Amino acid sequence: MSTVAVHDHVVAHHDEHGHEHHHNETFVSKYIFSMDHKMIAKQFLITGITMAVIAMILSILFRIQLAYPDKTFPLLTTLLGHFAPNGRISTEFYLSLVTIHGTIMVFFVLTAGLSGTFANLLIPLQVGARDMASPFMNMLSYWFFFLASVIMLSSFFVQSGPASGGWTIYPPLSALPKAMPGSGMGMTLWLISMVLFVASSLMGGINYVSTILNMRTKGMDLWKMPLTVWALFLTAILGVLAFPVLVAGVVLLIFDRSFGTSFYLSDIVLNGVQQPYEGGSPILFQHLFWFLGHPEVYIVIMPAMGISSEIMSVNSRKPIFGYHAMVYSLIGITVLSFIVWGHHMFVTGMNPFLGGVFMITTLIIAVPSAVKTFNWLATLWRGNIRFTPAMLFAIGMVSFFISGGLTGIFLGNAALDINLHDTYFVVAHFHLVMGSAAIFGMLAGVYHWFPKMFGRLMDEKLGYLHFWLTFIGAYLVFFPMHFMGLDGVPRRYYAFTEFASMQKWLTINTFVTWAAIMAALAQVAFIYNFIVSIFAGKKTTQNPWESNTLEWTTPVEHLHGNWPGEIPTVYRWPYDYSKPGAEEDFIPQTVPFSQTMSSNLPHDFEDNPAGMDELTKFNARPKSIDGEEPKIS
Amino acid sequence: MLFGTNLLMAQTPAAAAGTGEDANQVDWTGVAYYVLIFFLICLGVAVIGKILKIYDLSLKIQGKKGLKWNNVMGVVCLIFLVAGLYGAYWSFTVQGCMTLPESASIHGVKIDEMFTVTTILTMIVFFITQILLFGFLFQYRHSEKRRAHFLPHNNTIEKVWTIVPAIVLTILVVFGFFTWQKIMDDTDAKGEVASINIDITGHQFAWELRYPGKDGKLGPKRFDLTTAANKLGVDFTKKSSFDDLSADTMYLPVNRSIKLNIQAQDVIHSVYMPHFRVQLNAVPGLPTYFKFTPTITTSEMRHRLDDPKFEYIVYCNKICGGGHYNMQKVVRVVSEAEYLEWLSRQKPYLTDGLKKELHFADAEPQKAVSQNRLALNN
Repeated sequence: MSTVAVHDHVVAHHDEHGHEHHHNETFVSKYIFSMDHKMIAKQFLITGITMAVIAMILSILFRIQLAYPDKTFPLLTTLLGHFAPNGRISTEFYLSLVTIHGTIMVFFVLTAGLSGTFANLLIPLQVGARDMASPFMNMLSYWFFFLASVIMLSSFFVQSGPASGGWTIYPPLSALPKAMPGSGMGMTLWLISMVLFVASSLMGGINYVSTILNMRTKGMDLWKMPLTVWALFLTAILGVLAFPVLVAGVVLLIFDRSFGTSFYLSDIVLNGVQQPYEGGSPILFQHLFWFLGHPEVYIVIMPAMGISSEIMSVNSRKPIFGYHAMVYSLIGITVLSFIVWGHHMFVTGMNPFLGGVFMITTLIIAVPSAVKTFNWLATLWRGNIRFTPAMLFAIGMVSFFISGGLTGIFLGNAALDINLHDTYFVVAHFHLVMGSAAIFGMLAGVYHWFPKMFGRLMDEKLGYLHFWLTFIGAYLVFFPMHFMGLDGVPRRYYAFTEFASMQKWLTINTFVTWAAIMAALAQVAFIYNFIVSIFAGKKTTQNPWESNTLEWTTPVEHLHGNWPGEIPTVYRWPYDYSKPGAEEDFIPQTVPFSQTMSSNLPHDFEDNPAGMDELTKFNARPKSIDGEEPKIS
Repeated sequence: MLFGTNLLMAQTPAAAAGTGEDANQVDWTGVAYYVLIFFLICLGVAVIGKILKIYDLSLKIQGKKGLKWNNVMGVVCLIFLVAGLYGAYWSFTVQGCMTLPESASIHGVKIDEMFTVTTILTMIVFFITQILLFGFLFQYRHSEKRRAHFLPHNNTIEKVWTIVPAIVLTILVVFGFFTWQKIMDDTDAKGEVASINIDITGHQFAWELRYPGKDGKLGPKRFDLTTAANKLGVDFTKKSSFDDLSADTMYLPVNRSIKLNIQAQDVIHSVYMPHFRVQLNAVPGLPTYFKFTPTITTSEMRHRLDDPKFEYIVYCNKICGGGHYNMQKVVRVVSEAEYLEWLSRQKPYLTDGLKKELHFADAEPQKAVSQNRLALNN
């Protein structure tokens, strides 16, 4: 395997030389239709941040409605036109807001924005490759994503409004244009946008998998890869296997909407009018949707886990605890995530026996998640923790993952889910475990690899401010929602004014809205920091965090092909931090064991008898000798 | 963006404008006020940032080390831990008391027991892990004098924290599995008193109720028989259909097994009765069933909660369109006698209009219904 990889590099190397000398980069080829993975990563990141800001503004709009259901805000009419007549958001547009907020956050920010950015940036740099396996397909991946984003947002300019059936777009609501205004043109745009999005995601995913499998540098075997690469690798596999099923579901829905088929529709009387559909099943769509939808939440969280693992190890100055267990738990999550989708469907009328089976698989997936959490805690234990903003966000990710993960044990239990399904308890659960945790993983990655992307450092103090406001804000927003859910308050309700039993939550809704506004305004600190630092940040050194991984051996100034000379060879795993006997508290992957005789351990040579002999000899030498260190032949 | 929305506004009928020009005037000074406040806050942050920088520089000029941000953050983590624990405690005690009252159904009690067990187990883990997380951050904050402890793995402890969660989860799964199977079993066991069948049908945006007549059987339905008079599409070629009753409020006799026949006409709805721990989706084309036994009457619950206005409700819990947020019906749990008395006052589903539509020679069914009502009165 590794010899093949080496040959590949020689070829790639020659190619690149030809490239550098004969090809003058124009503005268009450098910044727009770029095929350089680093530039594509930046394109994904900036588009992802833009989409995140838009989706966040949408959430503030519907939070205002929930906090002040009886007040009018003429400004809303000015901004939104007929979507908010008389200063109040209309009931239908409220549902559009929650739908598009969810869609953008899950797919455009936490899938494309997170995986797209960090897989593109880190995979070639951390495995030691000059670029992705197929740079052209990589470029297409970004532009399909961009097109999907534009189409998704364009639905706000349609008279009948954007899709509004919830981000899960269950038919028949989404299939019958007459069921609600958002199921008209807005829904069509949603479906087109998602097909393009999945195409983008597949082109990216295939690239990530093939790059990791075929283009690793000499010595970089799978067990020497950083956890970020492992996580992005398994995420890409999940995406490649799961996303096509969503396309299948979406295409059948397009057929039902436009060509009169009945895949999902049967026995329907809409507004007293019998519809000519017979024999379909709405549950079929739910199966197809959640067959993607559940792996999707792991597609969202696994890159965040990988990024946090890496950052916590670097900033604790300690190896990640239980590297193998971390990898195996990622693999376990990957495999299990394909057989748990039914836990979204316990009360949909699916056969109750299936519900029981899905409950068992769901609670099994909690075990690898628990292992990861304990391993993170053990990584911090007796560390020497540097609080960079990236580190704080990685820690925030762990805290959210614990808080949100534990409530998953309630919801994964079919019997408890009867009363909790579709309440605010669910909203609290997934916003903590996948929303907040994943976005914190992403922000951690941005702060950590900003110097690699832009050659400058972000301001740390603003990073601290950003972290604490966002972290506290997220807890203030989502923690009280658990109790609302336990009181049977349903999600996706336009107002809670119609129920005497729900009016007691109004003060808490107001509180939550103000906490959300605070957290949203805190993002201004991030955006400001991000933009200003790109142009005027402090210049970075080559390895600002004293990290072991390969990306920090490349020059600060980017070049197409990443390393000016030969690609470095890898000799060791990426987590030799604070190794006893070593001079520095980190030993990069490119340093051979022969240069670190004083810190080598028997464990390092488990499958290398020659190295073990040398180590035995070295350890047996008289202590007084202070000469040159012996070399391994 | 603004241009686009203006266009949209222009397209909409001017109906909105008629409802009061004053209400639609944007209070720009108010907007400016909030923007100004935000800029002042930003300015404040910038000033504090500069002061910190100057303080840091002055320390360095004096030959001291600058501000130790690692220490500052370590302490903030500790403060967050203490404040967060107190906040969680406050939330549990104050908001925790605002949640649903005790379960008013037999199976609900089992669900609540399992909920309590799960809560205790998860909260132990929650508090321990969060305390360790933020405790470690403070304890092991960066120091120049120290080096981190090189600990790549420890197989024993890793086995422990794989196996222990696995065992705990297995216990929860086994209990959950059997409870779930039992709750979802909607057939009447041998020797059990037959459940009362009640038909609940969702459409945008209301619930329709249908009770069986004296034969105890609900007539079958076919969606293609639906008309304005026959709203549910009841099939009147079958005998059991004739004595069915329609109702506005869901009355349930206490301590009797109820079997809800759940259906939807247009889109997916969800029958949610949280006080009874009952929820099941209403799916067009796929009838679903939920069997449960209410145990506390409405008046008893009013007494227990000290709330004379308390009502059980059934409401929709699956997004179904613009009116989703107000799709509710009152549920009253009453004694058997009250239930029978109420049932006798309900109107037959087969109304005169419907009879005309079906071209019935009205003699026979009319008789059947009146007999039925008589029988119930006795």
